[in-house]
Amino acid sequence: MSDLLSAAFVTVFIASVIAQAMPLVLASVGETIGEQAGVLNLGIEGVMLIGAYSGFIVTLTTGNFWLGMLAGAVGGIVANLAMLVLNVWLGLNQIVIGLAITLVGEGITSVLYLQNNAKSVTSLGTAPELSVPFLSDIPVIGPAIFEQSAIFWIALVLVVIAGLFLAKTNWGLSTRSAGQKPSSLDAAGGSVIQIRSIAVILGGAFVGLGGAYLAAITTSTFTPFITNGLGFIAIVITMLSRGRILVVVITSFVYGFAVAIGPALQVLGYNVPADVIRMIPFIVVILTLIIFARSSVVPPALGTPYSRGAR
Amino acid sequence: MKSAENDKAKNLLDGLVRSILPVILALLVAGLIMLAMGSNPIDFFSGVWTYGVTGSNLQRSLVLSAPLILVAVGLIVAFRGQLWNLGYNGQYLLGAVVASGAGPYLFASMPAWLATIVIILGALLVGAVWSLVPAILKARYGTNEIITSLVMSFIGVGIANLLIKGPLKDPNTPQPQTEVIADSYLLPYIPGTVIHIGLIIAIVIAIVAQFIFSRTSFGLRLDIFGASPKAARHVGINSTWMVILLFAVSSALIALAGAIDVLGQYSYQRANWDPHYGDAVMPFVFLARLSPLAAIPLVVFYAILATGGTLAAQQAGLNADFLLVIVGLILIFMTITEYVGDRRKLGQSYLPPGLKTTVVRLFQGGTGRKSS
Repeated sequence: MSDLLSAAFVTVFIASVIAQAMPLVLASVGETIGEQAGVLNLGIEGVMLIGAYSGFIVTLTTGNFWLGMLAGAVGGIVANLAMLVLNVWLGLNQIVIGLAITLVGEGITSVLYLQNNAKSVTSLGTAPELSVPFLSDIPVIGPAIFEQSAIFWIALVLVVIAGLFLAKTNWGLSTRSAGQKPSSLDAAGGSVIQIRSIAVILGGAFVGLGGAYLAAITTSTFTPFITNGLGFIAIVITMLSRGRILVVVITSFVYGFAVAIGPALQVLGYNVPADVIRMIPFIVVILTLIIFARSSVVPPALGTPYSRGAR
Repeated sequence: MKSAENDKAKNLLDGLVRSILPVILALLVAGLIMLAMGSNPIDFFSGVWTYGVTGSNLQRSLVLSAPLILVAVGLIVAFRGQLWNLGYNGQYLLGAVVASGAGPYLFASMPAWLATIVIILGALLVGAVWSLVPAILKARYGTNEIITSLVMSFIGVGIANLLIKGPLKDPNTPQPQTEVIADSYLLPYIPGTVIHIGLIIAIVIAIVAQFIFSRTSFGLRLDIFGASPKAARHVGINSTWMVILLFAVSSALIALAGAIDVLGQYSYQRANWDPHYGDAVMPFVFLARLSPLAAIPLVVFYAILATGGTLAAQQAGLNADFLLVIVGLILIFMTITEYVGDRRKLGQSYLPPGLKTTVVRLFQGGTGRKSS
């Protein structure tokens, strides 16, 4: 047992926690931006799948992981355009449109994959790694954290920037007021529609990026329904974090830990059913809600399209 | 007198347009997508007709309709009270696992009719109890039920899978699945057909629900509660109990759909099987304007699309997941039609006024029109 807990084992474990958590971090940040502006996107599962598939296809054809990530972000934005036009501009039901985006995203990626890529099992290989000088020489942790693909670092920087912007800038304030009290933002001379549009586009880019990360980096491939409820976990994490990006990152890594521990325990000789592992984050969420019974975990104007003058 | 009749006819026509137009538009756009993907939409739609309606295929479609109608009525109960019960997948599978898990033992130990009744009551009970967590959280603390019911759904799916892979697994098969219930114990067929009586149960429940909604004082109280929980408190409706009751009935009916599906059609349950009926039924529930009776023809339409579409999609070089795209498109066109319909005063909205004012923006100013 002790020799199984060797340095190499811990290294692999930490790397796998990061690989599992990062797609969720990106998706939850995307959802947070939208949700803070008052747009609850239940379509995030579909947006992620579209990001994942476009990231996969572009990486496969060009061999360039950076182009793949870019394609994932663009795919996410395109998928979120439905939310932008139908909800933010026309004020139609967010929940219905969100479910529609999820269904279309699931269906279209599955059909496209089975039509174009199912014949051979394709692995994208691993993205080129970037060894951070000196830091990667630290035993155990070094190779686990500091020999990631450069994409990991860029993604992390994007998340930090999003967090800072949301908390510290005028744009962040406007975004949050669009979710808290849109009429105040309107009275102060801001445009609710414009702020929400930006939030939905930016959110789509992050969620798509999360999908592409899942396909290109975490799993190195695409399979239909690859997200397997990850989008809904992102919604839950977003609701629990109440707009604080640091909490989003921490809870996402707790999830990554829960997912990575299954295979790790198996290596150590404990057999934990995959279903139990998959349920843990949800059980934790429900227990948190029962124990703390938070009455308002969401911005007050969430889910309510803004129309000037309406009560 | 004459003009009143004309108005009524016009309203009905407008309502029909509003319900059917989204479906037609979605099918058209789905056809265009098929063309773009290099498949022949004519092949697909003629395949839907061939495999969904002709010969004995219509009966297969109607068998699929039975659980779908029950899920639809379950969703309608919650939606009418302005509660978003999105935990249908877990509720359905838990109901199904009651039948597939307890079935083999109960049928071996008591008369079939008694076992069937015990299973149905058990499924209703499990469904109702399972909904308590989101319902109580909503009623006591106002916790968003979209999130809690979704989370409970994932847990429910997990529990169903664990049970089927663990204690309920049939030891005689290598695959994780429950023991097969003998044909003689399954729900009887409607005479002259191969449709099990679950369809009749579902239709009767839809009729009863329709009656309760439109003809009883409880239906009126439910409409008040759905329109405005605050106003409901003023007229003496206990909103805590209303939330718990509606959630329990909704969840119980969806669990019943699972049990009936196993007892009528499948006779056993495989692990990791999840038909996602709720996702498919959702748009039709709204198109029926939350009326259980109006939902029946729409649900049967979907059942035909799903039954025929599975084979037809393969024939057209697609796969069955393309149906998800069609359902998603119907949802999108439904909201667009709603938007245009409001502008043009085309018939009635499919949402009760309460849902409209909180979730959907009112374009016309004034109050939301009362749904039928």
